[in-house]
Amino acid sequence: MSNTKQTTLARMQAGQSGVVVQIWGGYGMVNRLSALGIRLGKRITKVSSMVMRGPITIQIDTAQVAIGYGMANKIIVDLDLN
Amino acid sequence: MKILLMGNPNVGKSVIFSRLTGVRVIASNYPGTTVSYTRGFMKLGEEMVEVIDVPGAYTLEPTSQAEEIALQMLNTGDLVINVVDATKLERNIYLTLQLLERDIPLLVALNMWDDTKHRGIHIELDKLRVFFGVPAIPTVALTGEGIKELVENIPKATSPKTPIRSRDERWVAIGSIIDQVQFITHRHHTWSEHLADASVKPLPGGIIAVAVLAGSFMIVRFIGESLINYVFDPLFNTLWAPLLLKLSNLLGGSGFLHDTVIGRIIGGEVNFTESFGLLSSGLYVPFAMVLPYIISFYLVLGLLEDTGYLPRLAVLMDSMMHRLGLHGYAIIPTLLGFGCHVPAIMATRILESRREQFIAATLISIAVPCAALQAMIFGLVGAHGLQYVAMVYGILFVVWVILGIILNRSVRGFSPELLIEIPPYRFPPLRVVLQKLWMRTYGFLVEAIPIILGAILVINILYMLGVFNAIANFTAPVVTGFLGLPKEAVTALVIGFLRKDVALGMLAPLALTAEQLVVGSVVLAMFFPCIATFVMFLRQLGTLNMLKSAGIMLSAALITGGILNLIL
Repeated sequence: MSNTKQTTLARMQAGQSGVVVQIWGGYGMVNRLSALGIRLGKRITKVSSMVMRGPITIQIDTAQVAIGYGMANKIIVDLDLN
Repeated sequence: MKILLMGNPNVGKSVIFSRLTGVRVIASNYPGTTVSYTRGFMKLGEEMVEVIDVPGAYTLEPTSQAEEIALQMLNTGDLVINVVDATKLERNIYLTLQLLERDIPLLVALNMWDDTKHRGIHIELDKLRVFFGVPAIPTVALTGEGIKELVENIPKATSPKTPIRSRDERWVAIGSIIDQVQFITHRHHTWSEHLADASVKPLPGGIIAVAVLAGSFMIVRFIGESLINYVFDPLFNTLWAPLLLKLSNLLGGSGFLHDTVIGRIIGGEVNFTESFGLLSSGLYVPFAMVLPYIISFYLVLGLLEDTGYLPRLAVLMDSMMHRLGLHGYAIIPTLLGFGCHVPAIMATRILESRREQFIAATLISIAVPCAALQAMIFGLVGAHGLQYVAMVYGILFVVWVILGIILNRSVRGFSPELLIEIPPYRFPPLRVVLQKLWMRTYGFLVEAIPIILGAILVINILYMLGVFNAIANFTAPVVTGFLGLPKEAVTALVIGFLRKDVALGMLAPLALTAEQLVVGSVVLAMFFPCIATFVMFLRQLGTLNMLKSAGIMLSAALITGGILNLIL
């Protein structure tokens, strides 16, 4: 039995936390995300998502960042177990 | 010597710039307020040095137009003050590390230092200074705390020229710095953080957005109308009108000079909206019709900007804006457009792609009426009943949506996804809000009034020379046959190139029906930008795209006007 559960940021529930383990994107996207502090190994908490595939808002350290749905679908997160 | 203020977006560079140079610049609580650089001067010892407020950058590997400008500026500077948001140290010092690798003297301002205490963040300054190898000064730009020490440390700025690292190596270095200098104590959410989270959730967020926008609209209208009814109208009617009548008698009551200076006397009275003299309509339109709405609009916009609500609105609107070929952040230039199109077109630079910039600028120019035009719509169309004002707004909104959908399908290129930082809610001191309001009001007074007076002068001369009659006869088939307006209404479209408020005012003496005024207002709003916006358009989009955009404007205005003429 695996003791971690992976999902995409887009599929996480609001309030869930986890660690970014993979970003499926080219250099440009990884560059834009890392400029905002979103990179491998970072803990993030999902704050909310908008209806109709709207943007996802996350808490990362002391900042909040809104990410388009498509991009959020390419960010893989190891969910916290509790 | 040239000093550059550089740092992540929304860390307070513009506020520090104002503190250093005394030059007032617009600062707001959202990333990307500064899209172009501002320069000023400060005294350093005996020397006058140049200070430049550089647009915000997260990294020196540009991911946006603002970051490209920032990188270009870096190569022209002699010293960098790196402004850092101390509450987001980890992400902010990525840029610091990149700057330390460069061959340019650096010092660091740890801004928003007061907030670190409220948020339970403890930073060991001495250790941090050792890691940087350059001075690092805690500051609170909003209150001015630490600015003096910052200035005193400018001569101590040095360039350690650390070896160039890769992106991953920098993040590893940052990880070890943060582990050693920053300690965060856990604390509970404050009520403003609860409110912040609720604003980006679909249901509470939607309710908050409707309440904020409806509330803003009502406050703008309430303050604007109150200023008109209780301040400016009484001043003009009881003090200025009798004086003008006396002057009118002195000038003989008619003739070109009289009509240009005083305006035509209508029914033995000076009519401020219809006389069209320099001293009658030329002063009444800017001061008693437009200025009250400029004041009320920018007061409310300033509050929205400074509290940090706008990026949240961007998140809420994102899905809808994607259908128009934009993403949610385009709502910021759009809202600015309800004030003035010049800063709005400039603000389209916060959008990443040329395609988005083109679509956003074109939509703003066509379907977003500026404050001056809105004030006139309220004044003239509103006199026939508020339902007609609502009709104008409704029509422009429908045009905005339909045209956006068409542009989204027809303009080539791609529109990237939303990726923005959402700042915390802040409650700006009244002094800051009023200062910004004054800057914008003053800007209106010095930039708009000369053009308004010039436009009135031109109108009088063109009337006298019979040029307007010639144009009116020439364009009569379109204006009368197609739009259903009297042929003289074309003069308003011509003058619309100078100022839209004066242009709409020209429809006042034509005794139009309410429906005709609706058509006139809509066509005038959509037709063509005023000259100031036109210049900004050319600078931002280039000649070819400006021509394309102008073609869209003209055809959209005529088609919409024609349809309205048929159905109203």
